[in-house]
Amino acid sequence: MTNPHQIVGTSPLRKEGAAKVLGRALYTDDITLPGMWFGATVRSTIPRGRITSITFDPAIPWHEFTIVTAADIPGENTIVHLTKDHPCLASTHVNHDSEPILLLAHPDRTALPAAVAAVHITYEDLPAIYTIEDSEQQKEIIWGEDNTFKTYLMQKNQQPIPEEIWQQADFIIEGEYRTGAQEQLYIENNGVIAEYDPETGVTVRGSMQCPFYLVHALELVFNLPAEKCRVIQVETGGAFGGKEDFPSVIGSHAALLAMKSGHPVKICYDRAEDMAATTKRHPSRTRHRTAVSKDGKLLAGEIEIALDGGAYATLSPVVLSRATIHAPGPYHWPHLTIRSKAMATNIPPHGAFRGFGAPQSIFALERHMDKIAHTIGLPPEELRRRNFLSTGDRTATGQLLSDPVDMQALLTRALTESNYHAKRAQFDAENPTATIKRGMGFATFFHGSGFTGSGERRLASEVAIDIDLQTGLPLILVASTEFGQGTNTILCQVAAETLGLPFEDVSIAQPDTRLVPNSGPTVASRTAMIVGKLVERVSIQLLEKLRTEAALPTPHTPDDFKQAAIRYSEEIGNLEVCVRYEAPPNIFWDDETYSGDAYPAYAWAAYVAEVAVDTTTYTAQVTDFHAVQEVGRVIHPILAAGQIEGGIAQAIGYALYEKCIWQNGHLANNQMTNYIMPTSTDVPPIHVHFEETPSPHGPGGAKGIGELPMDGPAPAILNAIEHATGISFTEIPLLPEDIFERMTRTPGSGTEDLNPAIAGPIFSETTA
Amino acid sequence: MTQIHLTINGKQETIEAPPMKRLLDVLREDLQLTGTKEGCGEGECGACAVILNGDLINSCLIPILQAEGTEITTIEGIAIDEKLHPIQQCFLENGGAQCGICTPGMILATHHLLEKNPKPTLLQIQEGLNGNLCRCTGYTRIFEAVRAAALIGAAR
Repeated sequence: MTNPHQIVGTSPLRKEGAAKVLGRALYTDDITLPGMWFGATVRSTIPRGRITSITFDPAIPWHEFTIVTAADIPGENTIVHLTKDHPCLASTHVNHDSEPILLLAHPDRTALPAAVAAVHITYEDLPAIYTIEDSEQQKEIIWGEDNTFKTYLMQKNQQPIPEEIWQQADFIIEGEYRTGAQEQLYIENNGVIAEYDPETGVTVRGSMQCPFYLVHALELVFNLPAEKCRVIQVETGGAFGGKEDFPSVIGSHAALLAMKSGHPVKICYDRAEDMAATTKRHPSRTRHRTAVSKDGKLLAGEIEIALDGGAYATLSPVVLSRATIHAPGPYHWPHLTIRSKAMATNIPPHGAFRGFGAPQSIFALERHMDKIAHTIGLPPEELRRRNFLSTGDRTATGQLLSDPVDMQALLTRALTESNYHAKRAQFDAENPTATIKRGMGFATFFHGSGFTGSGERRLASEVAIDIDLQTGLPLILVASTEFGQGTNTILCQVAAETLGLPFEDVSIAQPDTRLVPNSGPTVASRTAMIVGKLVERVSIQLLEKLRTEAALPTPHTPDDFKQAAIRYSEEIGNLEVCVRYEAPPNIFWDDETYSGDAYPAYAWAAYVAEVAVDTTTYTAQVTDFHAVQEVGRVIHPILAAGQIEGGIAQAIGYALYEKCIWQNGHLANNQMTNYIMPTSTDVPPIHVHFEETPSPHGPGGAKGIGELPMDGPAPAILNAIEHATGISFTEIPLLPEDIFERMTRTPGSGTEDLNPAIAGPIFSETTA
Repeated sequence: MTQIHLTINGKQETIEAPPMKRLLDVLREDLQLTGTKEGCGEGECGACAVILNGDLINSCLIPILQAEGTEITTIEGIAIDEKLHPIQQCFLENGGAQCGICTPGMILATHHLLEKNPKPTLLQIQEGLNGNLCRCTGYTRIFEAVRAAALIGAAR
């Protein structure tokens, strides 16, 4: 049964790996163009106000500098995402701290910091708002008519919850859960190099996920057609969503400086600027009200989600969409109403970050499920088992789960692999007399692969494959970018296996919008499944073409392939095959009622965390972690495990370390020194277990995995901390000072009196 | 401007630079050794790590004046005769490099660790690398790469 050409499911060396380990891979800041200048950004120092004057300190030789303001923008002063509310450069008003107002370029990079400091801007201050509550109470109207970027109403079967459900329920359980902002903290900061030519237009190369997003942004800023806006992605040192929407800003800025200066201009932020001025994960507040029967059946749920979107809409409507659709989790809800909203505040705009809304709502739900279990007296695993969705069920959006789903088996495996029950019993016995209290907790969840709803239909992604005339070897042409996750490698694996060629014979082009078709943005756990499937399809079409037009035999050897490809090129001409996404039949989505098939496929998971809470230092540490997930088909076992492990480490940071501290709308800890991410000594052993049930939607059965590991760890960790301490924490990040504050508030804290039944109302979330 | 003499990857170099120019910038700008990366500029992330007189240091924290007469190894000096060094090969095979931006510093930290301790335990590997931040891997595969390198005696 083994396929001698099997490449999918094996772990060939990463395509660009040798260049990376040799230090020869060229990232944006490693590239120098002839005559290149350097750019810098003058930013607001207040959260909200009217610009009253801009003056230039005469101590600086300004004639050496190129200065760009909003008045220099040839097209529209906007960074387009979904709306046009976001200015490229502020001209009259600023709506958040660190908002770009003015750009400078100079041939000497070291001349810039002093010049930036020598631009003096005065303001008439306007009152600013910083919280979801201030925004929804409309203490100030800072955006639109009511500070609201977007709302959704999602109801099971488009019906409200019947009032009698609440009256007849054995339990009604309420809870409120909050998550903080999180910085992507890619180790390479945002950076680009732009060139401008009056004839050919704008060229921007840089660190980014979505070259065609930047093309679209440049079209508006420069009032140029798309073919005069060329974008080239270069080696990108991590992204995690932080280089999805933001390159449209920095890319437009560098291009404006290039146009005015007549030189190529490089802008590479330093860490402090990148952290203060670029997007973060949306902070959230989620409220649950759940009707439950005494035998542990979910009867009805009301969920209210509010996201803090920052000062401009950016991608908030779509982040909110994913948060909303993931809020019901992998459970059957007879009745469900979700109301969600994204609100404006005077904080730098929040944007894409791995998980894209799902980590927020899954944190709330999986904490709430443990609360329900405790309240009604069921073990947390039993409550979930009584409510899991399974094959043939319908999700909260009404989607029929026709592909096999087995959450019961995933949970069983996760609890077995982690030795959950035995450890729980052991910790229960040891904790009352221990200073370091240990706990076990878990979360069960799904993550939808690809764009939500009709998104993929609208994107209509294209993929092409080209043949090198000399060698007869194929080159994959996609705009999908490599930033560590393995795009280059897995797409070449899919093509090589389909074409019957060795992995080494297939290459992938550098994403250059002049040369590659738009295969869509590299986001939303869509590359392996959606783009991978297109690569599989285009490879099949290439083979068919070579069979019918160049006498490629069946079966064929790699040499047969090369000879046929060269023959085709010589006799017929350039050989390039292109395919476009076709929505699978029977997949429908209704944006009006927010119902239907939300995603073509889902990855399903059960994650178990083991923690130790030191009641002397109040630190919580994850000491072991098991991640079981069903992901369709694993294309590259080493890369796939690396995605899961890296996502879990990021999510441990989200739960326990990474806190954005805002002071008057300014990120006060915009440094790696005081914004703390996990180091090599903070990560536990991470055990990754894959289950594979091939999906018809991805190449060889693969589904998306990139975002999945960001979703489950935070609630699993806080569930484990509750087991260890008896304290129900409802908010992340949960730092030692937060644990200290909570533990020392309770009489007899830190000792044996942490049982919620004894400690009383302090354990009610209403007092949290 | 100050004149500085130092040895980089076995080659003697003479640099004219402002005395407070960071070693990192001298490597990247004056010597075009761009394998040394900048991540934070304040000695937290280790992306700019190089080996200076046998010590693993963050080159963003060293004014070039302090590097007078030193011997420095950067990532460009690790490969043996254009071939991957065994540590580099182990990072490649074990998935120790994802986006690759922390990789040069991580490989130098590994080299330094294995020189001092050819058979480190997992805890010693974790401690040996805790000045080098990686946002992609969760470190797990980096630990495996280091263990694989230790097994084949890569430091020698």
